[in-house]
Amino acid sequence: MSDLDAFRAEIRAWLEENCPPEMREPAREEDDACWGGRNFKFKNEAQKQWLERCAAKGYTVPDWPKAYGGAGMNAAQAKVWREEMHRINARAPLSSFGIWMLGPALLKFGTEEQKVHYLGQIARGEIRWCQGYSEPGSGSDLVSLQTFGEDKGDHWVVNGQKIWTSYANKADWIFCLVRTDKGNKYQGISFLLFDMTTPGVSTKPILLISGSSPFCETFFDNVVVPKDQIVGELNCGWDVAKYLLGHEREMISGAGGNDRLNTIGAVLNRAGLEDPLLRADLAQFDVDALAFSAMGEKFLDEIKVGKAHPAQPNMMKYAGTELNKRRYELLMAGGGSASLEWESEASDGGARARTWLRTKANSIEGGTSEVMLNVISKRILDLPGA
Amino acid sequence: MPLYHTEDQAMLADTARQFMGEEGAIAKQLRHWRDTNCKDGFGHGLWKQFAELGFTGILVGEADGGLGMGHVEAGIVLEEIGRNLTPSPFLTSSVMAATALGSASADLRGRWLPGLLTGDSVFAVAVDEGPKHRPERIKTRAERAGNGFKLNGAKAFVLHGGSADMLVVAARTAGLDDDDAGITLFAVPKDVAGLSQDKVRLVDSSMATHVKLDNVTLDADAVIGEVDGGREVLNRMLQAGRVGAAAESVGVAAGAFDMTTTYLKQRKQFGRLIGEFQSLQHRAAHLYSEVEIARAATIKAQQLLDGGSVRADLMVSVAKAKAGKAASLAVKEGVQMHGGIGMTDEYDIGLYMKRDRALAEFMGDQYYHADRVARLSGY
Ligand SMILES: Cc1cc2nc3c(=O)[nH]c(=O)nc-3n(C[C@H](O)[C@H](O)[C@H](O)COP(=O)(O)OP(=O)(O)OC[C@H]3O[C@@H](n4cnc5c(N)ncnc54)[C@H](O)[C@@H]3O)c2cc1C
Repeated sequence: MSDLDAFRAEIRAWLEENCPPEMREPAREEDDACWGGRNFKFKNEAQKQWLERCAAKGYTVPDWPKAYGGAGMNAAQAKVWREEMHRINARAPLSSFGIWMLGPALLKFGTEEQKVHYLGQIARGEIRWCQGYSEPGSGSDLVSLQTFGEDKGDHWVVNGQKIWTSYANKADWIFCLVRTDKGNKYQGISFLLFDMTTPGVSTKPILLISGSSPFCETFFDNVVVPKDQIVGELNCGWDVAKYLLGHEREMISGAGGNDRLNTIGAVLNRAGLEDPLLRADLAQFDVDALAFSAMGEKFLDEIKVGKAHPAQPNMMKYAGTELNKRRYELLMAGGGSASLEWESEASDGGARARTWLRTKANSIEGGTSEVMLNVISKRILDLPGA
Repeated sequence: MPLYHTEDQAMLADTARQFMGEEGAIAKQLRHWRDTNCKDGFGHGLWKQFAELGFTGILVGEADGGLGMGHVEAGIVLEEIGRNLTPSPFLTSSVMAATALGSASADLRGRWLPGLLTGDSVFAVAVDEGPKHRPERIKTRAERAGNGFKLNGAKAFVLHGGSADMLVVAARTAGLDDDDAGITLFAVPKDVAGLSQDKVRLVDSSMATHVKLDNVTLDADAVIGEVDGGREVLNRMLQAGRVGAAAESVGVAAGAFDMTTTYLKQRKQFGRLIGEFQSLQHRAAHLYSEVEIARAATIKAQQLLDGGSVRADLMVSVAKAKAGKAASLAVKEGVQMHGGIGMTDEYDIGLYMKRDRALAEFMGDQYYHADRVARLSGY
């Protein structure tokens, strides 16, 4: 048996023993995901157990170093971990912006002290993070952001407003882009971390078309941020921000997601399939989806060893999110009038329609499809004037 | 016949546009009824105003006290309904049920049409039996019983069923589930014993019902048209509904398109109006083309239907499929080009997306109608 086979056997046995049966069912609702944090209420005992067992082994962040709460897996081992998780349909023990976004940025730009402190909290699901990037006037043109941090010697005083801050009302801490030099556009932004309970921070939820309020307007009124809560150098936050966005886009692309391997025809009831043209569209979708799942696997294999183009996450995000939107269009069509139901018990409170609407944000959040295409044109294709 | 509106039709369009833009506006109607959790999903006051303008009887013959107009005119009203997302039972009552009642006995017409003309009555149609539109298959049975009929079966996606005074029910009086012949239409009063309705709110905040018919006993005079010969009336009613839904979709597309182009001229990023980016300009221009084409197909279908042409069937399916595709594109582009704000409930563009989804499904989606176009073209 090769080392990797032995490793697989070990993982398989551990999962068999430790992954509760309830955690092997597909997540259906938003609160089926475990987000962790100070105020998180576990939906059930299984969810809590699953987090604790994984955290104890470093499996919430399998490829982070052991010193920072991970399991220290190399790329090949991490892939085995993903495959074995998918094999039993296991849910992620922990969903978190800390894992997907801040963690990778800290691993690259953080001080040793910051890594030990923040990464450990993230890996154990103790602190829930939110992302303070977008502002009312600065969405696609993020670098024009205005939230200002005034230098007061050993701390900054931050004033301004963010918008579309996902889960700001549930998060414990925020990673936030703050202008620290008004005279310098790109080299005038710093990447700050602070506690959402700091005086002067307030949030106001925004209602989404799906009927839930997962994001907020976030206001900063003379918020004091100590100087040691900066990641990277002063005024070099844009580099951290961009690096983090690469990871965010990789996550949103759904590369490596396990639901993609089921053909869409298989999840629909037969009513939709009786129509030959709808069936044809479903089949065309499945061609694209299965091809994309191969792309996702290839991309993850390559990026872990530095073989992917550094701008490739933009392509992945573009293709993956457009595909996911199409997937839900087809699920709605396949479900027919039953999928239009918004509140009924039979429709699980309109679950499908609400998810369908939520997917429309996939090509907006984390940078719009248009921005992705602009970046591909510029950084990968090197097109003139792009 | 020219494919543009006559002077009279243009005047009607002005009236409808002004009325729907003011009285039927999103804040005043859709949001109001949605946010107050209205069990009808529309306002009866507005329905009375429809009646005062003559809209409720637009397809009702002059001899019966209606305006005696055609599908072009009904479509004019529906496009404005679509543009303003105005919730009303117009499509099911004044377009579909009224078309069916056009083939009914003088007694039935006398019983139901006066309430429609005054805006006191609301009608619904109960045809589909599963989650997809498939009127070729009707399982609901009506058996002869005494002097009348006994109905048993179930119907799905009955828009406004819970608010309706009368439901036009398609049932089988002879033959097998998939037979073309053997269909009979019934005018079923809401309070008849054995009729039960389970109300559901839909994604666009309209109300529909799942209908159960459990030994519903009706007199023979509840039959619309001929016993066993109802397929023809049913088809006429469906065609009216399809071309009407197409017109409403064109309105939804136009409304979403207008909101979006307005936004392109307002929102600034990178120091420029986003409408200055050529990639968005081209998509807006493409969308414009699609909406124009959808409107043309819809007017053509309306005219053919009004003229009793043999090509009407084909063009009605073309119109329903094309308008559905154009509206679907318009709402997707609309949300996307609005960015984050497009995902918020506060902004109206998402309401267009919801309405489009429900309309797309009503009376057959683009797949159903594209398939129909293929069949009618002999392949
Ligand atoms: C569900 C959801 C969750 C989010 N969560 C967060 C979060 O947690 N934290 C956070 O900071 N932000 C978050 N966002 C915000 C998101 O990053 C922004 O919405 C996004 O970057 C777009 O910005 P905008 O909304 O201002 O749109 P705009 O930038 O105003 O864009 C409007 C339209 O113009 C297009 N456009 C803009 N520039 C160009 C160009 N140069 N060429 C062509 N087209 C262009 C856009 O693609 C879009 O279609 C979230 C958004 C959503 C929808």
